[in-house]
Amino acid sequence: MIEALFFYLFAGIMLASGLMVVVSRNPVYSVLFLILAFFNAAGLFVLIGAEFLAMLLVVVYVGAVAVLFLFVVMMLDINFSEMRAGFQKYLPLGLIVGGILVFELVAAMYGDVFKGATLPEAMDISNTRALGNVIYTKYMYLFQVAGLILLVAMIGAISLTMRKREGVRRQSVAAQNLRSRAETVEVVSVPSGSSPENLSTAAVKSTKTTSRNGGNT
Amino acid sequence: MLELSLSHYLTVSAILFALGIFGIFLNRKNVITILMSIELMLLAVNINMVAFSAYNGNLEGQVFSLFILTVAAAEAAIGLAILVVFFRNRGSIAVEDVNMMKG
Repeated sequence: MIEALFFYLFAGIMLASGLMVVVSRNPVYSVLFLILAFFNAAGLFVLIGAEFLAMLLVVVYVGAVAVLFLFVVMMLDINFSEMRAGFQKYLPLGLIVGGILVFELVAAMYGDVFKGATLPEAMDISNTRALGNVIYTKYMYLFQVAGLILLVAMIGAISLTMRKREGVRRQSVAAQNLRSRAETVEVVSVPSGSSPENLSTAAVKSTKTTSRNGGNT
Repeated sequence: MLELSLSHYLTVSAILFALGIFGIFLNRKNVITILMSIELMLLAVNINMVAFSAYNGNLEGQVFSLFILTVAAAEAAIGLAILVVFFRNRGSIAVEDVNMMKG
């Protein structure tokens, strides 16, 4: 009873925010509604007993993907109002295709096929431990390939967006490491009672560079 | 109605999937919204997988849902990177201009 109530709450908010993602005028609002939809999907996952995936959904989607979307939407300076052209034109077609799809899927699943499926008894080990038992044994190779996919995606994203720009002052690490002590640091003796202003310019320069080491003897 | 069954979850995921398709039809000029619609569709697929996995007492659905999550994250990262590069070169992200990338 209370379970069904929560199911309808999560599902209703998720579908409403999914609709708002699609029809919202401002893409920033779309991203925020996307985050809401992911949170409610995580609620559905908890309800069905997949706690680990629920937490993963919050961490990966809300923490990484949605923030990435938000970052890109706010970074790019785009006139979104002219992007809306053709919204009315494609509305009937989209409604027809989406309606047909929903009708077919729902009609298929309200046949007799899935009637017998009931939620099995709760396992005596936690969902996370059970998933770990499977992932690290039977699906070890797939798990490693998933890591490889993430690595490739990371390298691809970096190499796509990195660019060399002219006129940018950069640190040259090689040149910096090749500097020798003799050409940068110099020990000068400053007579006591005189300030660096009284010295010659060359001496002042070297005093400044050496002042950290206590250049005066 | 108040007794939850597998069909409830499948219906919700079907509607969410259709919303994703609806979004692709509706916002066909805006790549960012198209990417978000794809994320919605992947979420619907995930709900389907997890629902079947839970009701069949078989963890494999959740394992593959995990992999779908991985691929979705990689896809979003690469897609947005391509988008940023395209915007840098072109000054807009209109879908009909994208064919200048060919060759």
